[in-house]
Amino acid sequence: MVSIQFFLALAAILFCIGLYGVLTRRHLVVVLICIELMLNAVNINLVAFSSIGPFANITGQVFTLFVITVAAAEAAVGLAILIALYRNRASIDAIKQDLLRW
Amino acid sequence: MLQNAWIIPFFPLIAFIVLLLFGKVLKPYAPYVGMVALGFSFVASVVVLVERMGTETFGAAVEWITIGESTVTMGFEVTPLNAMMLFVVTSVSFLVHVFSKQYMREDDRIHVFYAYLGLFSFSMLGLVLAPNILQLFIFWELVGLCSFLLVGFWYFKPEAAAAAKKAFLVTRIGDVGLLIGLILLFNATGSFEYGAAFEAINNGQVSSGLVTAIALCIFLGAVGKSAQFPLHVWLPDAMEGPTPVSALIHAATMVAAGVYLVAVMYPVFQSSGTALTVVAYTGAVTAIFAASIALVNTDIKRILAYSTVSQLGLMMLALGTAGYVAGLFHLMTHAFFKGLLFLAAGSVIYALHHRQNINEMGGIWRNMKVTSVTFLIGALALAGVFPLAGFWSKEGVLAAVWSHGDPVLLSIMIITSFLTAFYMFRLFFKVFLGQFRGDPEVSHPRENTKWMTVPLVTLAALAVVAGVVNSPLSGYALEGFLVEGLTLGDQAHGGIGLAALSLFLSGAGILLAWVKYGRSQAVGTEHSKGFIKTLLVNKYYMDELYEAVVVTPVLALSRVLQRFDRFAVDGTVNVVARSLRSVGKAAGKQHNGQMQTYGLVTIVGSIAILVVAFMVRGYFG
Repeated sequence: MVSIQFFLALAAILFCIGLYGVLTRRHLVVVLICIELMLNAVNINLVAFSSIGPFANITGQVFTLFVITVAAAEAAVGLAILIALYRNRASIDAIKQDLLRW
Repeated sequence: MLQNAWIIPFFPLIAFIVLLLFGKVLKPYAPYVGMVALGFSFVASVVVLVERMGTETFGAAVEWITIGESTVTMGFEVTPLNAMMLFVVTSVSFLVHVFSKQYMREDDRIHVFYAYLGLFSFSMLGLVLAPNILQLFIFWELVGLCSFLLVGFWYFKPEAAAAAKKAFLVTRIGDVGLLIGLILLFNATGSFEYGAAFEAINNGQVSSGLVTAIALCIFLGAVGKSAQFPLHVWLPDAMEGPTPVSALIHAATMVAAGVYLVAVMYPVFQSSGTALTVVAYTGAVTAIFAASIALVNTDIKRILAYSTVSQLGLMMLALGTAGYVAGLFHLMTHAFFKGLLFLAAGSVIYALHHRQNINEMGGIWRNMKVTSVTFLIGALALAGVFPLAGFWSKEGVLAAVWSHGDPVLLSIMIITSFLTAFYMFRLFFKVFLGQFRGDPEVSHPRENTKWMTVPLVTLAALAVVAGVVNSPLSGYALEGFLVEGLTLGDQAHGGIGLAALSLFLSGAGILLAWVKYGRSQAVGTEHSKGFIKTLLVNKYYMDELYEAVVVTPVLALSRVLQRFDRFAVDGTVNVVARSLRSVGKAAGKQHNGQMQTYGLVTIVGSIAILVVAFMVRGYFG
C-alpha cells in the first residue's frame, strides 16, 4: 500500500509547476495548458483521498469526473477567447495584453 | 391700523423683491415701482401716527427662539417715538424716490438703485418698529449694508469704492460695541425686550458699574452710526454716493438711527450719570469740531455732510443734557431741512453736470429760482431763524443745555450755533449769489423738471411748519406725545431770552458771512493761509491720524501674517500634499495591467494571509 503522502506530494509538485507556468509563460496557450495541469493536480488529490483517505468514499471520484468535464468546457471557452483576442490584437503574447492598466 | 403697522416696512420690501427679479424688464418703470410702494407706506404711516395719538401703545410679538429660561421674540411695536420716526422716514424716503427719478435718469442701473432704496427703506422702517434690541440690531446691520451698497453705487469710481469700504469698516467698530452692549444687557437682565430690560435696571437688579458699561457700549454703536467724533470720518467720504442717497441715508434717516438708539435706550442712560455725561460731551465735541471743518470746505456736499455731523452732535448733546424731547424734535426737523438742503444741492449738481466745487459756482439764483428759494429756506431753518423749524428745535436744545448748567457745554453750543449760521450762508452766498465762476460750458444752468422741484417744495414746506409741533403755538404738543409712558425730568423750555440769544447768534453768523462772502463776490477763493485755516482744510488731520495709528500698523501686521501664512502654513500643507502625491505615483507604477503580475501578487497575498491565520491558530506549533 502506497502511503497517501506520495500522492499529495505529487499533486503539490504538479500544482506548483502549473502555477509557475501560469504566472511566467508569455504564450497564452501554454498558460491554458498550465491551468489544465493545476486542475489535474487537484484531481489527483481528490482521487487519492477518495480511495485511501481517512474517510474513503466515492464522492471524490465523482467530483473528479465533474472537474474533467468543466476543464474541457473551460479549455473550449479559453481557446475561443484566445482566437477572438488574436483576431482583434494580432497577438496572444501575455505581456502585450495590458488593457487592465489604469 | 395699529395692529397692521407691520405692513409698513413690507411695501418697500415688495418693491425691492420685484425690482430684484424683474428689474431688467421693468427698467423704465422702476422709479414708479419704488414710488408706489413708498406712497403706500407713507399713507399707512400717517394713519398709524394719527391713530396712535388717540390710543395706547400697541405691540405684538411671536416667539422666535428659546434659550434656557429666556425667550426671544420677534414682532413690532407702535410707541409715540416710533410712530413719529415712521412718519419722518416714509415722508423723506418717498420724496427722495420721486426726486431720484430725474436725478438718476441717465444711469443704466436705475432699477438696481431703486431696488437698494427699497431695501434701505424696509430696513430702516424695520429698525424703527423693532420691539426688542436684538431685532433692532438685525435691521441696524441691514441699513449699514444698504449704506455700503448705495455709497458704492458708482463702484467704478475708485473714490466711491473706497468710501463705501471706509463707511462699512468704521461703522463696524461701533456695531461691535453695540453687539457687546446688548450681550451684556441680556446677560444682566435676561431679556432683549425694552420693557423687561428697563424694568430690571430700574429695580436695581444690575450694578451701577455694569449699567454704565452697557450704556457706553450701546453708545459706541450710536457713535459709529451717527458719525460722532472720533468715528465721524466715514460720513464726509460717503458723499461719493448719489446725492439722493446722501439726502435719505446720510442726512435724514440712517445717521439719525444712532440718536434714535440712544432715545430708545434712554432709561438705561438715565440710570447712569457717567453715560449721560459721555453722551453730552461726545455730542458737544462733535458739534463744534464738524462745524469748524465746514467753515473752510469747498465741496457743496461735504459742507452739508459736516453740517450733518455737527447737527447730530447737537442731538446727542440734547439727549445727554436730559433734553430727550429736544433731541428727538431736532432729529425730526433736521431730517426735513437737511434732506431739503441735500436735494437742493443735488438739483444744483445735476444742473451743473456733476460739478461740486463751490468756488466754481455762483449766481445760480438767476437761473434756478425754485432750487434757490428752497435752499434758502433750508439754510435759514438750519441756521435757526424764526419761525422756521430749526429755530424751535435748536432753541429746545439750547434750553436743555442751559438748564443743565454746564458752562463748557453751553459755550460750545453757543459757538456752534454761530458757526452753523456762518458756514451755511457762506455756502449759500458762494453758490447762489454773485457771478458764475465755473466752467463757461454750464454757465446757464436750467431749472430742473417737476420731478425734482416738487419734492423740494414739499420739504421746504415741512421745514417751515414742522417746528410748530413743539412750540408754544401748539402748547408743546410733540412733547406731550413723546413723554408718554416715560419717566423723564422736566423738559426745559426756552424763554424769550434764549430765543433772543439764539436769533442773535444766527443773525450774527449770517451777517458775518454776508460781509465776508456775500458783498464782494470778486473774492473767488479765500487767500488767507493761517495755521488754523490749514488745520481746518485738512480736517484736523483726522484721516492722516487714522492712517498712521490704525491703518499702517494693521497693514504691516497683515503683511507679516501673510508671509507666515504663505511660508509656514502653506509650506506645511504643500509638504503633506507632495508626499501623498509621490506615494500615489509609486503605487500607480505597480498597476501595470499585466494579469500575471496581478496573479502573482494575489497568490503571494493569499499565502501571506494563510500563514498569518495558521500562526494565529497555532498550527505551526
